[in-house]
Amino acid sequence: MKVQFKIWRGDAKTGVFRDYATECTEGMVVLDAVHQIQATQACDLACRWNCKAGKCGSCSAEVNGMPKLMCMTRLSELPLEKPVTIEPIKAFPLIKDLVTDVSWNFEVKKKIKPFKPRQPDAPDGTWRMQQEDIDRVQEFRKCIECFLCQDVCHVLRDHQMHDKFIGPRFLIHVAALEMHPLDTQDRIEELRNTQGIGYCNITKCCTKVCPESIEITDNGIIPLKERVVDKFYDPLGWFWRSLKRKSDSETVNRES
Amino acid sequence: MPQYETFEYDVLVIGAGGAGLRAAIEASAAGVRVGLVCKSLLGKAHTVMAEGGIAAALANVDERDNWMVHFADTMRGGQYVNQWRMAELHAKEAPDRVRELEAWGAVFDRTKDGRILQRHFGGHKYPRLAHVGDRTGLEMIRTLQDHGVHQGIDVYMEHTILSLLKDGDRVVGAFGYERERGRFKVFRAKAVVLATGGIGRAYKITSNSWEYTGDGHTLAYEAGAELIDMEFIQFHPTGMVWPPSVMGILVTEGVRGEGGILTNADGKRFMFEAIPENYRHQTADNEEEGWRYCQGHKDSRRPPELLTRDHVSRCIVREIKEGRGSPHGGVFLDISWIKQKIPNAAEHIKRKLPSMYHQFKQLADIDITEQPMEVGPTTHYIMGGVRVDPDTQMSRLPGLFAAGECAAGINGANRLGGNSLSDLLVFGKRAGEFAAKFARENQLGGIDIGKIDTVAREALAPFERSGDENPYTIQKDLQETMQDLVGIVRTETEMREALEKIGNLKTRAGKTGITGNREYNPAWHTSLDLKNLLLVSEAITRAALERKESRGGQFREDYPNKEERFSKVNTIASRAADGLMQIRLEPLPEMPDYLKQVVEENR
Repeated sequence: MKVQFKIWRGDAKTGVFRDYATECTEGMVVLDAVHQIQATQACDLACRWNCKAGKCGSCSAEVNGMPKLMCMTRLSELPLEKPVTIEPIKAFPLIKDLVTDVSWNFEVKKKIKPFKPRQPDAPDGTWRMQQEDIDRVQEFRKCIECFLCQDVCHVLRDHQMHDKFIGPRFLIHVAALEMHPLDTQDRIEELRNTQGIGYCNITKCCTKVCPESIEITDNGIIPLKERVVDKFYDPLGWFWRSLKRKSDSETVNRES
Repeated sequence: MPQYETFEYDVLVIGAGGAGLRAAIEASAAGVRVGLVCKSLLGKAHTVMAEGGIAAALANVDERDNWMVHFADTMRGGQYVNQWRMAELHAKEAPDRVRELEAWGAVFDRTKDGRILQRHFGGHKYPRLAHVGDRTGLEMIRTLQDHGVHQGIDVYMEHTILSLLKDGDRVVGAFGYERERGRFKVFRAKAVVLATGGIGRAYKITSNSWEYTGDGHTLAYEAGAELIDMEFIQFHPTGMVWPPSVMGILVTEGVRGEGGILTNADGKRFMFEAIPENYRHQTADNEEEGWRYCQGHKDSRRPPELLTRDHVSRCIVREIKEGRGSPHGGVFLDISWIKQKIPNAAEHIKRKLPSMYHQFKQLADIDITEQPMEVGPTTHYIMGGVRVDPDTQMSRLPGLFAAGECAAGINGANRLGGNSLSDLLVFGKRAGEFAAKFARENQLGGIDIGKIDTVAREALAPFERSGDENPYTIQKDLQETMQDLVGIVRTETEMREALEKIGNLKTRAGKTGITGNREYNPAWHTSLDLKNLLLVSEAITRAALERKESRGGQFREDYPNKEERFSKVNTIASRAADGLMQIRLEPLPEMPDYLKQVVEENR
């Protein structure tokens, strides 16, 4: 059947929805339709894609207003009696058509303290980890960096607080590092101070759109928030640590 | 004369999949300045699609495994036309490369005693693949990416290289453009590493994305390097066949590693027929033994579904051709049957093969815990590529290195599943190490601005001429030609016809016309990539014509057997003085006695 599409065409300065119609067959996904339109009617229509199987996170867009991977959105799931709208994600500046400038995400990651393992402690010079101790970290590491969670996060999308808040993708990245059984870094202070975890008010929009079904809010962000609270807002903990710091420094003094 | 933005590096790496990232990390660790150029965003290269695992003889699950068994398996799988030294280095170094990933933060699935878990895969005698469910490639690329971004490497995302720069014989940099604005850039470098992956887009049914257009193969060939073994293409036995829009998408061999079976329309497990002689004593002769093997019983032999990919693909084609295929022209791959054997089978399948479960559920309305999948062969990998020194990965051009899929040698006529990810790590590291060494021993070379201008002019020609050829249509026509005429089953007549068609397509590719401007214009990019696709298609076809026998990834209907006279030679493609492609046969280096003994002991 012929299906009607409205696809955003334009650049950073200006743009419009253009109408296209293309023949759609059984099993087609939105990305197939975009490719068909590109090959026959709009040769310079810009979109990103790679794996076409929901594994690389390149083809993020808003389909009928919903943030989706185009390669995993079947046309049969959409109401086809009216045109299907396809537009770029909104939390980042537009380059052209369906392609946005997501470079900010790559800069953010660079600023997060990298993985730093403890000394290997197994006889063979490596480590031992139990499967149940890494299940949670593996859940977070399923992330394909499609940035759909960043797209729907109101702190980024509506308030444009990219300089104060790293967004759900990178909170999950920090969570994966913090909960890694071998890691020895402490990232709690910057979570509060520069990465802005406090701006997240757990509306769970990110979790809803995650194509990998990662429980971003419940399993990642909330436990991180608890760690921040424990470190900065728990008076007993604060008192205990100040004592400990004192006795630690006394120990050092005695040794020196 | 136009001015080009120019960058200078000690080592320039082209491609940011597993091999490119590993090379960049190694070069950077050696203290030289590294630039990394990639066609997509960082972390999206095809490595991310790898599912099953990384082959390395860690011996965590079966203590009988060691590098010698892995070496012998790799050579047998490659039908003994592999570069023995690469296969040796690969088998010896892969375990360290995997442990290194763990030290950089990778989180592999675990054994009961907390070590890296390993799974069965085709052609590997023991469970050997370190893995994370069925998303091992994602784990690997993300680990390398996250480690790499803290190493001071300059990354140029969404850039394409058009040509290598030369000073005499030496490669001294690269010239390309960025997609966003379409601006040209010059990268001067003391050493260049190619890590551009494969050629899968030359075929209609493929597991490869738009990026895999044989760029590194073409860049190297045009600069004067040699391509070897181009006839050997791996058609992965299990790609999706239905619905049509997902045809070719990969279904991991891990499904069979976990006990999945292949059946035909009559419900018969056809893989038990025609087990190759050199694998017979290693292969189960009844279904019960095959299942016991997948369950980790050390006294049992592998089920025939886990024979090498070339063989399994041919058996599937045979079933389909003889009318015993599935409704949509494939065969059945069934993992749901294991519910007869284990409790909670559905949960087990979802845990072991989560992305397969997701992929079939979402794209084909199939619940793999309940129903069989329909699968058929899909173009997956090229064993052939740039000829390199096995230790240093340098091509015959000083300063030009290659690693990963775009380099050749380790896999011979057929690659074992899992050996690609380990190849990327082992030889990515070596390429980075020796490129850095070369860079320290050499100065920047001179560059020829006149030549760069010519490349730039040619690249812009599609905008200026009033050509009416659509680049997407030419690409589609080429894909159909290669699929139909130089596919899994080949004959001289059909390949001659393919060569003629490739010639016509070359003429048409010179007449593409592009509308729009240079900013993120995929029609322009497709048009520029065509040249590379056409060149590798020609090399594949010419090499396949020259090898008048069937071996591994090459099956010739007109020469259906292995031939002694081709058992110890490589095909080599290079550009002759007249500019035409020349194919010659060259003897393989002789394997030393200690390795012959390893092969013999592991027969």
